[in-house]
Amino acid sequence: MMMNDLAPGAQLQQAPTATERRVGEVILDLQNISLSFGGVKALTNISFDIREHEIRSIIGPNGAGKSSMLNVINGVYHPQEGRILFRGEPRQKMEPHVAAAQGIARTFQNIALFKGMTVIDNIMTGRNLKMKCGLFAHALFWGRAQKEEIEHRRKVEEVIDFLEIQSIRKTPVGRLPYGLQKRVELGRALAAEPSLLLLDEPMAGMNVEEKQDMCRFILDVNDQFGTTIVLIEHDMGVVMDISDRVVVLDYGKKIGDGAPDEVKNNPEVIAAYLGTSH
Amino acid sequence: MSDSGQTSQAAALDTFPRLLMHHAAVRSTRPAMREKEYGIWQTYTWAEVAQNVRAIACGLAELGFKRGDRLAIIGDNRPRLYWSVAACQCLGGIPVMLYQDAVAQEMTYVLQDAEIQFAIVEDQEQVDKLLEVQSDVPFLRHVIYDDARGLRHYTQTLLMALDALQETGRSHDRNHPDFLDAEIDKGAPDDVSVMLYTSGTTGKPKGVCQTHGAFIAAATGAMQVDGLTDREDILSYLPMAWVGDHLFSFAQAMVAGFSINCPESGETVMTDLREIGPTYYFAPPRVFENLLTQVMIRMEDAGAVKRALFRYFMDVARRCGADLLDGKPVSVADRLLYRLGDLVVYGPLKNVLGMSRIRVAYTAGAAIGPDLFRFYRSIGVNLKQFYGQTETCAYVCLQPDGQIKLDSVGKPAPFVEVKLADNGEILVKGPMLLKAYYKRPDATAESIDADGYFMTGDAGFFDADGHLKIIDRAKDVGRLNDGSMFAPNYIENKLKFFQHIKEAVTFGNGRDFVTAFINIDLEAVGNWAERKGMAYSGYTDLAAQPAVYELIRDCVEKVNADLAADPKMSGSQIRRFLILHKELDADDGELTRTRKVRRNFIAERYDALIDALFSDRTSQHIETVVKYEDGREGRVSADLRIEDAKTFAPQAAKRAA
Repeated sequence: MMMNDLAPGAQLQQAPTATERRVGEVILDLQNISLSFGGVKALTNISFDIREHEIRSIIGPNGAGKSSMLNVINGVYHPQEGRILFRGEPRQKMEPHVAAAQGIARTFQNIALFKGMTVIDNIMTGRNLKMKCGLFAHALFWGRAQKEEIEHRRKVEEVIDFLEIQSIRKTPVGRLPYGLQKRVELGRALAAEPSLLLLDEPMAGMNVEEKQDMCRFILDVNDQFGTTIVLIEHDMGVVMDISDRVVVLDYGKKIGDGAPDEVKNNPEVIAAYLGTSH
Repeated sequence: MSDSGQTSQAAALDTFPRLLMHHAAVRSTRPAMREKEYGIWQTYTWAEVAQNVRAIACGLAELGFKRGDRLAIIGDNRPRLYWSVAACQCLGGIPVMLYQDAVAQEMTYVLQDAEIQFAIVEDQEQVDKLLEVQSDVPFLRHVIYDDARGLRHYTQTLLMALDALQETGRSHDRNHPDFLDAEIDKGAPDDVSVMLYTSGTTGKPKGVCQTHGAFIAAATGAMQVDGLTDREDILSYLPMAWVGDHLFSFAQAMVAGFSINCPESGETVMTDLREIGPTYYFAPPRVFENLLTQVMIRMEDAGAVKRALFRYFMDVARRCGADLLDGKPVSVADRLLYRLGDLVVYGPLKNVLGMSRIRVAYTAGAAIGPDLFRFYRSIGVNLKQFYGQTETCAYVCLQPDGQIKLDSVGKPAPFVEVKLADNGEILVKGPMLLKAYYKRPDATAESIDADGYFMTGDAGFFDADGHLKIIDRAKDVGRLNDGSMFAPNYIENKLKFFQHIKEAVTFGNGRDFVTAFINIDLEAVGNWAERKGMAYSGYTDLAAQPAVYELIRDCVEKVNADLAADPKMSGSQIRRFLILHKELDADDGELTRTRKVRRNFIAERYDALIDALFSDRTSQHIETVVKYEDGREGRVSADLRIEDAKTFAPQAAKRAA
């Protein structure tokens, strides 16, 4: 794969500005969220919003509460305090499958794929919620189920084509290198045709080339499908290059929020990352 | 039904556009091209291909493309790009295919030399490259892309989607229904049909202008020799810029009317090969070598029973397989054993390799190691060699069925005359010769002698049966100080047959003895190291391990034993060798885009290493600049060990293969 168009720096120059990418209304508004597990405060009074079609990054040192924040967004954790407005509607206690049905898909910090299944089958699981026919019809591969399966397979193939993983479509996921497994996981999330995609450290443990590939895929997803993306990532170069806005957490508190350049120069953020002398 | 129709109209079928329209008429519903899309093979019939070609041609005409204009075509083997080649020819233009993996700067030269105004490219990757060098090629007016992915926000006015071009073309064709047919009628057989750039082993690439007549003659001759019909299936996976692909996937398919199949992507070729099961297959030796390496690696990981079966039946195949294929007498017992072997080993193996249906397989482009060649023939793949170069439409000599010799390239093909110069250089003459080098009358005059023979630059001789034997490039063949012959390619090919050796470069001309650089095959040696429980961090580390040196020394000494058996070659045994710290790479200029070693360049770049090889030093420090695929540069440095290898006394009588 040629890399000259993938270097994050080059992408930045070519990447369309926020207005071109038609960044829209706030679709998810988190207001004064606090979450604690027993005596441990994971998140304290955090407010930020996510606009349609943007790439929104959440950064922070280890244990800052980034993954907890993501889990609040897709309904795994229920914050003790605060309000979540999804497309203007206040959200009550919600189960993850409801979030999925609302068009929120995610990938995990630790890969959560079915290792023994092929790439195609794994991505197909992402279509689960879109399948209308019953278990029985699918087992018999009969009638409407057959037509449905063909349609879903087509969608899966589109994802495979998009992520350029044709050569491994029939390989069991467990046999793939880490970087490719991450890509397959992104594929499964994309198969659900989400409007909001949550990526939990999609580039952890990758080498430079794999990171560049992943960056390009994230930008392409955002650009081509208009998918809103919430990204947790440690690689600052990546975050600053591809994000529209960045929110910075530290010890469960929000210490910065804004465009990459503003955040980069925020003294509190610098202190959290580099430490300060007291 | 195909042949009779063809001969009766043969007089008219003298250009590729006419051939295409002929096929669209007589075999309109036969598959002309297949392409795998979204995991499913899609078929285009000859009629559909002709319609699409018309649309592209008319679209190009609408943009102002004129007779004699050059059209750059850059991308993987895609039906739409083959259509573009044909469309360009319909208008009397000259398609110029560029190597799709070349970096932008490498493309500049060809774009400038051919004064490209129009380009049809595959995707964003190629568009980016053209935009990058746009300032160096100011005459570039239109860049037409096939795959729009990632290009939504590109605002450059010279960009246009191929779909849109075809749409304009269709309406143009409706409004001027006679236009394209009239353009096709204007074509003549001695018009230039394509410009293929030489890989530039020596100096700047040169544009080789070939005519319709030349490629049609080459294709027709090859069809005669192998009895090709319109029922063949071929997998088109080699760069379109290479003469071999143009001959097999374009010229022959157009002349014979058979189907070409485009793989889904570069990485899926093995799978696609298996799914298509071509009847006619072409690959450079490197591909056959890689396939064999993969088989060997997988066999090493197989269970003991499978390994024993494989070994036993490969012995049987080695004994009688090639003879059976050539129709030579073989004992009944061996016949039965081979039949059994076909059931349990060769058949399944061919199936895995996608070679079950192959009637004819060809290799060329570089000399193939005899053992590699023997392997494929022994399992029943009718692998043959041919010989030719860009300037001769890759068509000079072919091995006729049943007369296969491991170390020759066969007899002169139909319509071709071959003779040898006094210094052993091979000279050829025939209808397939180049018309000229583009804008290089000096080079044209230099390469074609007064009698009209093209000077190939290869050294060779005819054996007793009239088969041509190639030794090496005429200019590469040298002598050691004691006067014995030194044919570097010959030795390197012997080394490269070992699965652990990927590339080798030997030195010896004007020296006292022969030395070698070795590139290990990371996959094969890595696998070997894993099984031995050796830890390594990457190529450089693995290449420096003493155990790996032992492994390679063993290969070198086997080659030496082999060389000792040949009286002509026994003087050029390898005394000292080293394993390079990096893989030789086309991006660093060490290999050509067709992956041939650029001997002089390597000799200059690594002169410190060569000096050390010919001294008595046992290690040498080296620092090298490497270029990454994105054009950035990095440095690799290492201390390389130099080791001695055993040489053998000449033993003329030992073997004679």
